[in-house]
Amino acid sequence: MAVSAAGRSTPWWVPWALVAPGVAWLGAFFVVPMVRLGTLSVQDGGLSNFVDVLADNSEVVLRTFWYAAAATLAALVLGYPLAYVIATRGGRAKGLLLGLVVLPFFTTYLLRAIAWRVLLGGNGPVVGFLQAIGLFGTDDGILATDIAVIGALTYNFLPFMVLPVYVSLEKVDRRLVEAGQDLYGGPLRTFRRVTLPLSMPGVFAGSLLTFIPAAGDFVNAEFLGSDNQRMIGSVIVANFAKEFLKPQMSALSFVLMALILAGVLVYARLLGTEDLA
Amino acid sequence: MSARRVTARLLDVWALVVLLYLFVPIAVIVLFSFNRPVGARNYEWNEFSLDAWTDPFKDPKLRDAFFTSLEVAAIATAISCVLGTLVAIAAVKYRFRGRGALNALLVLPLTMPEIVLGFSLLLWFSTLGVSRGVVTIVIAHVMFCVSYVATTVKARVRGFDWVLEDAAMDLGAGPVTTFRRVTLPLIAPGILAAALLTFALSLDDFIITYLNSGLTETFPVYVWNTKRSRVPPQLNVFGTMVLVVSILLAGLIALSGRRRAAGR
Repeated sequence: MAVSAAGRSTPWWVPWALVAPGVAWLGAFFVVPMVRLGTLSVQDGGLSNFVDVLADNSEVVLRTFWYAAAATLAALVLGYPLAYVIATRGGRAKGLLLGLVVLPFFTTYLLRAIAWRVLLGGNGPVVGFLQAIGLFGTDDGILATDIAVIGALTYNFLPFMVLPVYVSLEKVDRRLVEAGQDLYGGPLRTFRRVTLPLSMPGVFAGSLLTFIPAAGDFVNAEFLGSDNQRMIGSVIVANFAKEFLKPQMSALSFVLMALILAGVLVYARLLGTEDLA
Repeated sequence: MSARRVTARLLDVWALVVLLYLFVPIAVIVLFSFNRPVGARNYEWNEFSLDAWTDPFKDPKLRDAFFTSLEVAAIATAISCVLGTLVAIAAVKYRFRGRGALNALLVLPLTMPEIVLGFSLLLWFSTLGVSRGVVTIVIAHVMFCVSYVATTVKARVRGFDWVLEDAAMDLGAGPVTTFRRVTLPLIAPGILAAALLTFALSLDDFIITYLNSGLTETFPVYVWNTKRSRVPPQLNVFGTMVLVVSILLAGLIALSGRRRAAGR
């Protein structure tokens, strides 16, 4: 017998019947494929698939981690102050400002990468400006560099950072901040000891929402990078149709998931220790 | 006091710069829809032209891809909303064994990179011998959208007063009538929000779609497939149209929300 929230009892099968179609869909097209990915990753050679794939792609794996971490950090540095200003000083314009933050999502993801290709191109405004002020010579460019790809990754996932940080900052009780200022004085110290710790759940959520898609991306590397900027996703997508590489590519998928998990654990640890300090 | 004001000013400037940074590529997308590119790729500004706007369907494959995207998004939205809403109602209304596992199952797809979701699904389809096309794209989209719908609708259902259902039933309404006349209208705003989110996610999805589309092209897949040979300004025309329609929709929803809030 299942009990509804209002206390009226219903036949035991009612909740099951309600969730059955959705659960069946997720089971058939998410759980089972993941299991299949697992069995394929150890097919024709067992764990040696993992050794092979890591040996062949060690540079790509490390690069993927470093790009995703750098993009997440950059998104935090760019996005936290923006979220802070909207939450504390947005006033009646809050809704509009948040709308502007999600505006990039209203255009196609690939077109955004192409737009960065235009902006950072050899005859584009950014390179032109850097040449005009003398930082760049005539042969210097930004395309096909780490900076170009990390910059585009940062851009594409920045709203994922701003929104959760905004939500957590919005929830911070202003009276706590005022109390902090009354007791300690300095605005910087109040921020560090009161506001920042209280916004940590948002920072953590935002970092995950940025890090995960950035680590799995290959579109920005394709449009803004060269062979020296390939990421794990680039390797998988270049080989997905090759029958004989399926075990290796499955293993590489697990490497990507392990890398994300490692990133999350390290990050949780870092934030945790910072809280104690 | 003045140090504090300087900090506040600096923060404002920083926020403004970041907002501009968010806005610049969007401006480029719109601007370059009016470009007459030199060569096949619309990567450098040449001169103002309305050519792409007067002939957006120049390449019939682009038109097909665009309508395929709309078709997929409409079907995927309808299916995900039904499945996700049922799950949300069950998860909030009833206490039953396995609720924790259900929540984990719903969250898990959201924590996986798209490339892994897409690749594992591709492997499964090829194991089953299913040929890839519109059907497999819809299946893939529903898979990652159900979780979003369930989460969004749950937030709305949580505030629902279930006693209203009991009242309807006490007054003689059957369970179907009660759902149709009482429950559904009250949770409809949550479903609408979920539907818009799903439609946008489906329309914009590339990675999962690309791996499971076979020879079928959605708009993002078309953009990807043509990039080696050409990048026509028509892409920017479609990008701009989607942008404008989304902004108008968002504006309308915000306005109607405000009017409803004011009416109460």
